[in-house]
Amino acid sequence: MTRSALLQRIALYAFLLTAAAIFGLPLYVMVATSLKSMPELRETGIFALPRALDPSAWRMAWTGACTGLTCGGISPGFWNSVKIVVPSVGLTVLAGALNGYAMTFWKPPLSGLLLGLMVLGAFLPHQIFLYPLVQWLSAIGIYQTLPAIIVIHCIFGIPLMTLLFRGYYSGLPRQLFLAAQIDGAGFWRIFLCIMLPLAAPVTVVAVILQSTAIWNDFLLGLVFAGRENLPMTVQLNNIVNTVTGERDYTVDMAATVLTALVPLAIFLLSGRWFVRGITAGAVKG
Amino acid sequence: MTLFKTDGARARWSMPLLALGPSWAIVLFCYLGTVILTFRISLTSSGMIPNGDYVGLAQYRKLLGSSRWETSFGNMLTFGAFFLAGALLVGTALAVALDRGVRGEAVFRTIFLYPQALSFIVTGLVWQWLMNPALGIQAAVQGWGWTGFSFDWPYDRGMAIYAVVLAGVWQASGVVMVLMLAGLRGIDRDIWRAARVDGISTWRTYAFLVLPQLGGMLATSVVLLSVGVIKVYDLVVALTGGGPGTASDVPAKFIMDYLFGRQNIALASAASIALLVTVLAVFVPFHYAAALRRRAREGAR
Repeated sequence: MTRSALLQRIALYAFLLTAAAIFGLPLYVMVATSLKSMPELRETGIFALPRALDPSAWRMAWTGACTGLTCGGISPGFWNSVKIVVPSVGLTVLAGALNGYAMTFWKPPLSGLLLGLMVLGAFLPHQIFLYPLVQWLSAIGIYQTLPAIIVIHCIFGIPLMTLLFRGYYSGLPRQLFLAAQIDGAGFWRIFLCIMLPLAAPVTVVAVILQSTAIWNDFLLGLVFAGRENLPMTVQLNNIVNTVTGERDYTVDMAATVLTALVPLAIFLLSGRWFVRGITAGAVKG
Repeated sequence: MTLFKTDGARARWSMPLLALGPSWAIVLFCYLGTVILTFRISLTSSGMIPNGDYVGLAQYRKLLGSSRWETSFGNMLTFGAFFLAGALLVGTALAVALDRGVRGEAVFRTIFLYPQALSFIVTGLVWQWLMNPALGIQAAVQGWGWTGFSFDWPYDRGMAIYAVVLAGVWQASGVVMVLMLAGLRGIDRDIWRAARVDGISTWRTYAFLVLPQLGGMLATSVVLLSVGVIKVYDLVVALTGGGPGTASDVPAKFIMDYLFGRQNIALASAASIALLVTVLAVFVPFHYAAALRRRAREGAR
């Protein structure tokens, strides 16, 4: 290796390591802060390693921190998020698969227009649509309940899921569909026995994409879930940003880590699938 | 209806149409219907609940005369410009660096991409903590002897929106990196051999030969990041709360505050329509230009 090539290598690694340190810093500070006590934090600052692994801030954040009026920690929010995410993901992914299948292989009239409007709607800020939805859900008596927030996640989640599955199905050979039709299989049979099993890879991507998106949602949970069902993100923001009295930053950061844990775990465990999800959503959009 | 001329066509499409029924309902009622209702409310003097007192465009005049809306809208443009530029620059630089064949590429990728998995609320709160004037980075650096150092952007009227930009770039650069890296890997490797034969430096090869071929990935990144710009809300709420005062307010937060906090749904609806019109004014010409270019390319083939 020549001298200049060696220098180039060194510069390259120096750049990458600096960038990695900057990108990793917030995660490190978040975890380190959550493992300290306030006196230790004041004394050693935010960059120092914690002296001991003190889980008391985590315990406080999980069961004792005050979210608005109640002081039950963030654990109710965790379970609320689970109750919201599981049915919402199931429904949106299934509906997305069915829509993508129907649009790609059956091409009923106006499906191009439907797809275009879905894409447009998915890209606009939700705020534009909110108020009438609040009115309608109030009129049928389910505003600020668990069913309401699940319905809302379906309304805003199905378009992107449809896009994802349509993209996948249009890459499959059409002969598969035609052969099944010649064999006498109908709309539902082709979907359930052929197209849904064939879509297993994209279904994994869809589930990963949707669970992270819905877990991380704040706006819709805030408006539609109601006080009994507030998701973890909303409770987290309440713990940190609406406290009265002295703030305990170690508990704040412990609650933040706890909220980040689920999507981080999904990201680390799913690796390439996660990447495929964000790029698929992007490229098709 | 000529669409369903024969019984055969009706039978053929009845099931697919039934399957797409819920989606049609979403688009017609929840998207188009709500926009029409929102527009109607924006023409009234409604406060907490909608009333039938039509006042024409008075709410729009009020909106355009509102200094808070002006701040919000300006902040969206500032955020948009710096966030796009920052994320594209950082993401592309990281992609090019990783494309040079480095050890531990998978580890670097994971580190650059993990912020993307986090909620905007988490991102906002972490950066609020890092920029805490009493205990955050500012205090640490001052403690090392650099006493004039200041890094308290969320609490500084002039800098608050740049705090949001910084957190946003941190979170979104990873996606640009992934897209650009995929683009770089798709480029014909012969270009490098040709460049070396001609004695062109690595840097110039990237700048003039390789990166210009990544137009598609660049466009995808821009679209993806722009959607984030018009939707930016959670990040502001968690990081600055729109403050100090309304210094880092954005349109999406303006709408939420007037809808639920200040109970002025008519003004909030006018703001929603204004935001929608702005987005369409940018999106529709962009979409048309892309469609025209596609058609031109297909015609040339």
